[in-house]
Amino acid sequence: MRFMVIVKANKDSEAGVLPSAELLAAMGKYNEELVKAGVLLSGEGLQPSSKGARIRFGANDRTVIDGPFSETKELVAGFWLFQVKSREEAIEWIKRAPFEEGAEVEIRQVFEAEDFAPVDPTGELRDNEAKLRAQVQAKK
Amino acid sequence: MIASDTHRTINAVWRIESPRLIAGLARIVRDVGLAEELAQDALVAALEQWPTSGIPDNPGAWLMGTAKHRAIDSLRRNKRIERKHEEIGHQIEAERELTVPDIEAAIDDDVGDDLLRLVFTSCHPVLSTEARVALTLRLLGGLTTEEIARAFLVPEPTVAQRIVRAKRTLAEAKVPFEVPRGPELAERVSSVLAVIYLIFNEGYSATAGDDWMRPGLCEDAMRLGRILAGLMPDQPEVHGLMSLMEIQASRLGARVGPSGEPIRLLDQNRARWNHMLIRRGLAALARAEELGGALGAYALQAAIAAVHARAKTADETDWARMAGLYAQLAQVTPSPVVELNRAVAVSMAFGPAEGLAIVDALMQEASLERYHLLPSVRGDFLEKLGRLDEARAEFERAASLTRNARERDLLLERAAATTRSK
Repeated sequence: MRFMVIVKANKDSEAGVLPSAELLAAMGKYNEELVKAGVLLSGEGLQPSSKGARIRFGANDRTVIDGPFSETKELVAGFWLFQVKSREEAIEWIKRAPFEEGAEVEIRQVFEAEDFAPVDPTGELRDNEAKLRAQVQAKK
Repeated sequence: MIASDTHRTINAVWRIESPRLIAGLARIVRDVGLAEELAQDALVAALEQWPTSGIPDNPGAWLMGTAKHRAIDSLRRNKRIERKHEEIGHQIEAERELTVPDIEAAIDDDVGDDLLRLVFTSCHPVLSTEARVALTLRLLGGLTTEEIARAFLVPEPTVAQRIVRAKRTLAEAKVPFEVPRGPELAERVSSVLAVIYLIFNEGYSATAGDDWMRPGLCEDAMRLGRILAGLMPDQPEVHGLMSLMEIQASRLGARVGPSGEPIRLLDQNRARWNHMLIRRGLAALARAEELGGALGAYALQAAIAAVHARAKTADETDWARMAGLYAQLAQVTPSPVVELNRAVAVSMAFGPAEGLAIVDALMQEASLERYHLLPSVRGDFLEKLGRLDEARAEFERAASLTRNARERDLLLERAAATTRSK
């Protein structure tokens, strides 16, 4: 099973303060451990929300709201994608991360294709969604 | 925390820690079987104590510490036995008296080399293939005997027996706990890769039962492959195998239809392929090629898989390149199965008659006599050439040979279709 590991933003990450050399080195070592254990599929750090935007969908219009966004604790500062055997294993790996005091990390299980089987007995929804994804991929 | 939660956490810690634990211990006690028993003892201690005492802050260190103490006890016991032997005149290689700090320091050394030693020991040629698979999943994958039994659809005692026998074989053959060097290395790496790919294939195309695949085993194999790539980053074939597995696994979500029927590669909805895995696979293939391994057996198979992965639709498949890659693969690892695949690529690139010529040359091949894909492919060519009666006979023969129930249905369906299209 796969888990998305969501690293929550804080004042520093939102202010664009880069992590200390020590933390970067520790993170590098931790990432290496994840890779060596065959657990890490991907991961990225995100720029502050001041460089982002939100698009709100109205009845017939789309409104663009520029960052930064105020609810710091709800924002995402980075993510990993883990391949593990169980939720507990994902938690065990996270506990080993060298985050500093006050950091908060959320883990969420990723849907796999087979998880949709009960609500989509014919597979039609999946096909439609897959077609959409194909269009998105094609535009990249 | 209720006990079962604690147990699940202990299992997770075990999966993470046990390979390093066993590898570190094996270097000290020079016996993989004993090392695993010591690690298991630590696990049992955790299962006894943690539900009441709570899970320690650093569970890995706790297991490590507990296992170390057992290792030291066991070494001391052995020392006593050795002294007894010496008393009765046995020639014993005098080892220096190990102190506790020595052992602690030794176990805490860089574990990469130990893990690699464990990999080569688990896949040692003195063991049967089944034993290699069971031991690798158990010692390096951190799977329980029960999990291995479930994955391979065999009774748990059978797997337990295999592991016990494998450990005994290693001890009796006095297999040294080391990484092979020189000319032996390449051959031994191949043996390790073969074990990992076998595990992957068992998951990718379930050979028995009604399941078309068991993705859990694919994940286990890929994790083992990633670990190996971390341990041996300069071995091109490790990256070749990784690439092959990632690209094949990218299709897992597209290989089965809504009612569980298999969907052939060319009929799959490519939007359902996992593009992250494809990207990872292509990167691993590039790495293998950079290291000069383009002509490795796994790298070539990965390159073939990559031809499919790069084509946005089935119609865009570069069949001529594919036929060329299969011709290269036939040079490196000549086999009737490779030839059969080459026939398919050739037929797609240059027409079914060309493909049929290759397949007909394989009809006398004894090793393919019971191989369902030969009549299945031949039936496909004959159908395209309009020779429907012959095609139907081939599809029916293929259906009678396959061990997979879903595949059988698909083949009988194709046989019936030849009658309808007349």
